[in-house]
Amino acid sequence: MIPEEKLLDLRKEINEFIAANAPEKASLRMAELWRRQRDSATAAFVVSRYEHLRSKLALIPYRLAIIRSFTVEPAVPLLRAAAYVSGIDLAVHVGDFNAYPQEILDEDSSLYKFSPNVVILGVRTADIAPDLWQEYSDLTPEAAQQAIQRVSNNFQQWIRAFRQRSQAALIVHLLEQPMQPNAGLLDAQSETSQSSAIRQINEAIRRVASEHRGIYVLDYDALVARHGRISWKDERKWLIARMPIAANQLIHLSDEWSRFLMPLTGKVVKALVVDLDNTLWGGVIGEDGMNGIKLGPEYPGAAFQALQRAMLDLTRRGILVAICSKNNPDDAMEALNNHPGMLLRPNHFAAMRINWNDKVQNLREIAAELNIGIDSLAFMDDNPVECEQVRAALPEVTVIELPEDPLQFAVTLRECPVFERLTLSAEDQQRTTLYVEQRERSQAEQTFQSKEDFYRYLEQEAVIAPVTPASLARISQLTQKTNQFNLTTKRYTEQQISELASSPDHEVFSIRVRDRFGDHGLVGVAITRDSAEAYEIDTFLLSCRVIGRTVETALLSYLGERASARGKQQLAGWFVPTKKNAPAKEFYSQHGFQLESENGNGLRWELDLKQHPIARPEWIKLNVMNGENG
Amino acid sequence: MTPNIFEQIRNIASDLFSIPVERITAETSPENVEAWDSTQHLNLVLALEEKYDFQLSPEEMEKMRNIGEVVKVVENKIQAVKN
Repeated sequence: MIPEEKLLDLRKEINEFIAANAPEKASLRMAELWRRQRDSATAAFVVSRYEHLRSKLALIPYRLAIIRSFTVEPAVPLLRAAAYVSGIDLAVHVGDFNAYPQEILDEDSSLYKFSPNVVILGVRTADIAPDLWQEYSDLTPEAAQQAIQRVSNNFQQWIRAFRQRSQAALIVHLLEQPMQPNAGLLDAQSETSQSSAIRQINEAIRRVASEHRGIYVLDYDALVARHGRISWKDERKWLIARMPIAANQLIHLSDEWSRFLMPLTGKVVKALVVDLDNTLWGGVIGEDGMNGIKLGPEYPGAAFQALQRAMLDLTRRGILVAICSKNNPDDAMEALNNHPGMLLRPNHFAAMRINWNDKVQNLREIAAELNIGIDSLAFMDDNPVECEQVRAALPEVTVIELPEDPLQFAVTLRECPVFERLTLSAEDQQRTTLYVEQRERSQAEQTFQSKEDFYRYLEQEAVIAPVTPASLARISQLTQKTNQFNLTTKRYTEQQISELASSPDHEVFSIRVRDRFGDHGLVGVAITRDSAEAYEIDTFLLSCRVIGRTVETALLSYLGERASARGKQQLAGWFVPTKKNAPAKEFYSQHGFQLESENGNGLRWELDLKQHPIARPEWIKLNVMNGENG
Repeated sequence: MTPNIFEQIRNIASDLFSIPVERITAETSPENVEAWDSTQHLNLVLALEEKYDFQLSPEEMEKMRNIGEVVKVVENKIQAVKN
């Protein structure tokens, strides 16, 4: 337990920092307060203080609407407080009670007027299917089937209508199961039971959701089950305030919503950096030795294996793992290579810093080696002092402080919302392999006399193709995630990419690259627009792992060919500077473009293709696919 | 009134209604605090339930007409839970 005085002192400090016009410090303390005390009163405090700070901090503005059949208002401050401390300024609109069908169907409803980025549709089973919920015993199998059809059709109609009227993401709560099914034990014995009826509706909702872009489901029943159906429910509050959820459970609903916000707003971590001693195994390898550390299928070693299993699951989601440990490298590598209890081996780690240096410095180096921003790192350690040092020196790093009980380690990691993803590409699933190959490439590069020799040795092959249904998700993902080699940093949803692709004056291309070490997958995107005189580059980006190998020149040369094919003599584009895209700054000038103008947003560059055609790099084998067979 | 519980409830009210804790007395009520509307009343009920781990009845919610009354309701409730 945290003493109450400590929490009151934190509030005082926050007020003082606000009065002293120190928004960053106030914000850091607010995050600490919210870590230690997550309840309604604290949420109200955090939200009211951020109202003073929001204009002074670099927060991501985001708009969320909730349409519902029950009272959600008390969960809203919890959600907004959690969003604020994660760097998201969340505006929330709550639709009228039970008005969700009209709000979805009516194009002029307050829902669409609010122009949300994301909408949550939360409906209680009892409200949408009272017959299935209350009167299941009275229904013939045919009547039950009809009810299932009716409810499934409703959801289908709403999801389709929503997708036609809005580009926002939609999160649909799946239906909850009753605490006590009408037939008692018989429910589980029967194929036509009440719980099976509700499962069928949920399956139907999931199917419709998967047929549309940006529609996600929230497994409400699993959420309730995880926290205990009996303690979740508050019948009295339902009857007096239409609030079916117990006060101390609201935070779990808010947390579940937050989990969606992280990937939706791009607040995601790309790499998890972990300690070794008392984290990946119990004990200290340098003192306890191979036979002394706790790691294996039995207690207490099982707790550490469970954590390693959770980390392996993250790597399958495209998240890199890396080591940052104060240890003798030989001791640590011996355990990593040879301990029979290890589930993770050296080839699972994209980077390793096993030394006696400062962890902050090591984290900086790991970010540089992996070519990702410091804010894309999470750091997990059992030592509160190390955690605090990282928080203080690198506030943009997500710090996961492990609890005292190792049996809680895996749960703590899996609960972390920054690892959530809403879609997975083929690249995500094999990212670790890509990074290990990258390490081999860097080693090779050092042995060549000239850059050109190295390029030839790489044997790069690139395939440029127009967007296809299969590549849509990855293309959108790249526009959302690429920060460094990105000339305009425009973010596009799948929906928007698909609209650009079908517009006659736009073209959307992707580039895939492979070389002698392996396949990089789909790593680059170009989006263009025809203007009267020029072929305009709207978006040009490359994943950092292929920068500097002339792939960018290959893609640009192809755009030059497209421009000529479409009768344009000029190739033109903007460079819009951001905090992170300095690597792309000289791109246009290096390829002979002339600076035409400059405004508050960026610089406009143009190239006369007749005078300065762009040559394809001779060492890249370039294949161009046409629309149909791409 | 138990001083400890009075203090705790003043702190909760200060968070919820965004007013300094010094200005919250036993007489603080919806009549003299603009932010204390029906939504905030529900939030106050939920905050008390979170803090003290009990559930308030509609009758008890009715009784909570000012901070002094809130403290009494909470004290009685804690006593009842103990017995």
